[in-house]
Amino acid sequence: MSREIPDRLQSRMARVWRSWEALLLAVFIVVFIANSFASPYFLNAWNLSDATFNFTEKALIAFAMAMLIVAGEIDLSVASIIALASTAMGLVMMAGFGTPVIVAAGLATGLVCGAVNGALVAGLGLPSIVVTIGTMSLFRGISFIVLGDKAFNGYPADFAYFGQGYVFWVISFELALFAVCALGYTLLLHRTSFGRTVFAIGNNPTAALFSGIRVARVRFILFLLTGVMSGLAAVCLTSRLGSTRPSIATGWELDVVTMVVLGGVNILGGAGSILGVVLAAFIMGLVTFGFGLLNVPGIVMSIFMGLLLIGVIALPRLVRGRAKGR
Amino acid sequence: MMRVFKQRETLLALAIVLMTLGIAGRFPGFVAPNNLANVFNDTAPLMILVIGQMIVILTKCIDLSMAATLALCGMVAALLNGAGVPLALILAAAVALGAALGAINGLLVWKVGIPSIVVTLGTMTIYRGTVFLLTNGKWINAHEMTPAFKALPRGVILGLPVMSWIALALIGAFAVVLTRTPLGRAFYAVGGNPHAAVYAGLDVGRTQAAAFVISGALAGLVGYLWVARYAVAYVDIAGGFELDVVAACVIGGISIAGGAGTVVGAVLGALFLGVIKNALPVIGISPFWQMAISGSAILLAVAFNAGRGRAAGRLILREEQRT
Repeated sequence: MSREIPDRLQSRMARVWRSWEALLLAVFIVVFIANSFASPYFLNAWNLSDATFNFTEKALIAFAMAMLIVAGEIDLSVASIIALASTAMGLVMMAGFGTPVIVAAGLATGLVCGAVNGALVAGLGLPSIVVTIGTMSLFRGISFIVLGDKAFNGYPADFAYFGQGYVFWVISFELALFAVCALGYTLLLHRTSFGRTVFAIGNNPTAALFSGIRVARVRFILFLLTGVMSGLAAVCLTSRLGSTRPSIATGWELDVVTMVVLGGVNILGGAGSILGVVLAAFIMGLVTFGFGLLNVPGIVMSIFMGLLLIGVIALPRLVRGRAKGR
Repeated sequence: MMRVFKQRETLLALAIVLMTLGIAGRFPGFVAPNNLANVFNDTAPLMILVIGQMIVILTKCIDLSMAATLALCGMVAALLNGAGVPLALILAAAVALGAALGAINGLLVWKVGIPSIVVTLGTMTIYRGTVFLLTNGKWINAHEMTPAFKALPRGVILGLPVMSWIALALIGAFAVVLTRTPLGRAFYAVGGNPHAAVYAGLDVGRTQAAAFVISGALAGLVGYLWVARYAVAYVDIAGGFELDVVAACVIGGISIAGGAGTVVGAVLGALFLGVIKNALPVIGISPFWQMAISGSAILLAVAFNAGRGRAAGRLILREEQRT
């Protein structure tokens, strides 16, 4: 019985997922060793701390997204929620409010966006992939209407803490937040009855409904969570960049989904673990950072990320002949 | 069933006509035959891509790599042109490369059994990155292209540019293929009920792979047309266009669950987005509104689809769910 997935019965599947995390850990170690050989600047506490900024914001969303995908849904609008939340923060800032109100505006916008997605998917019963492709255009579109080709600058100095501050030595605020959320989501998904209902819905929504789970309500809550986490990521990112443009975080939805799928969450729902997502986040962050140290252009990194995504999923399937799913 | 589809396509066509007339009420120039032809030609690449995406969606899959395939094939076409390859060969190469890239997607879905959304999410970044590797990020500009290369999509026959004619020919051809051939029926069968399709002797995976090959080949063709028409090739051509293509399918009533939809519907969906895109500057709305408007259109379309497509048994379940 794997300790990290206590809510699954002892079965072949549990072993498969356990070995998935083992595989990720192996990939992580290989990438880490390769990086330290490739660049003399890699093994430095401050450099490694810098490397975490590559994934902490995306990982915050990935935790909530993992639960959403386990439940058999998906949210492609997360990057657009960041754009809209950041725009809202900019508007509040221009109106002269201080940091607490700015942060509240970001989180509240995320919550409202999540509620819109949740109402359309859970309330009206529409397919989440289509709904969130629509809201993806809508949310970022509103940002474009507000800002056009302009940008918000001049956030207050104490607002910079969320994206640039350090809690203790090399532990940045974002890294600490990442750790707290990783723990929180691990407990939520793997140790609570709510987490169990998420797995139940992902495996068989009809059976879940007839066993008394309020499927629509759980789905709505998951979209709310994803919205709030996107708002939180928007606070961190806006604080780190110090400005808001409507094109902020473009393409992040795909990075977040890649992170979740790389972490071993079944894209068809019903299986996955937060630990896997944490490992995937570290792998993606290290690869990005290592390539950065070697002056490899971002687009070449994305090729590697694409190969990694397909390779890590294809390999076990090819080796075992037929893995689970499909 | 057929009648419902007919109705929804008529409704969409009506919406497009009403929208066009509404704009014409204040800006008569918009409905001048010349301008309408322009709008159609401008939407032609989207209409061709939508056919491919629609076939993939029919088989319960999705192709997010279309725009990246387009960019890679377009760049290869421009490079071949620079190397002095004759136009006919370039065209064949673009389509063949597109089909090959589609086949990679298809094989990963068919033989390895990875869900299509994961496969094409990965190949999307790989194909787009390959464009960069080919050129090191450099642009290929108009003066580096031969006149014949640039002229093909722009040549005018009977008042319409060649690009529009190609789109019309493909729409006609695929409307026939999907409704009148065994392959076309296979696409619907595989998406509508995969289990029944197996018992009917269809290979689900192979049919899905075939859909990806078609979608790739069409993207390859549009790659050449796009680069030749705009006379420039660079890494980010048609960046994010894959979502416009999916949006057009949704607006056109293609069910994301597979097995339902028509070529005419998909093309009307594309035309709907095309008219909006071209109308905004005419009625003096900032182009920054376009994104929000197409987003709202998708949401309205999908809510509308669900409203009519909901089966009785399903409805009871939903009611219970709310309590």
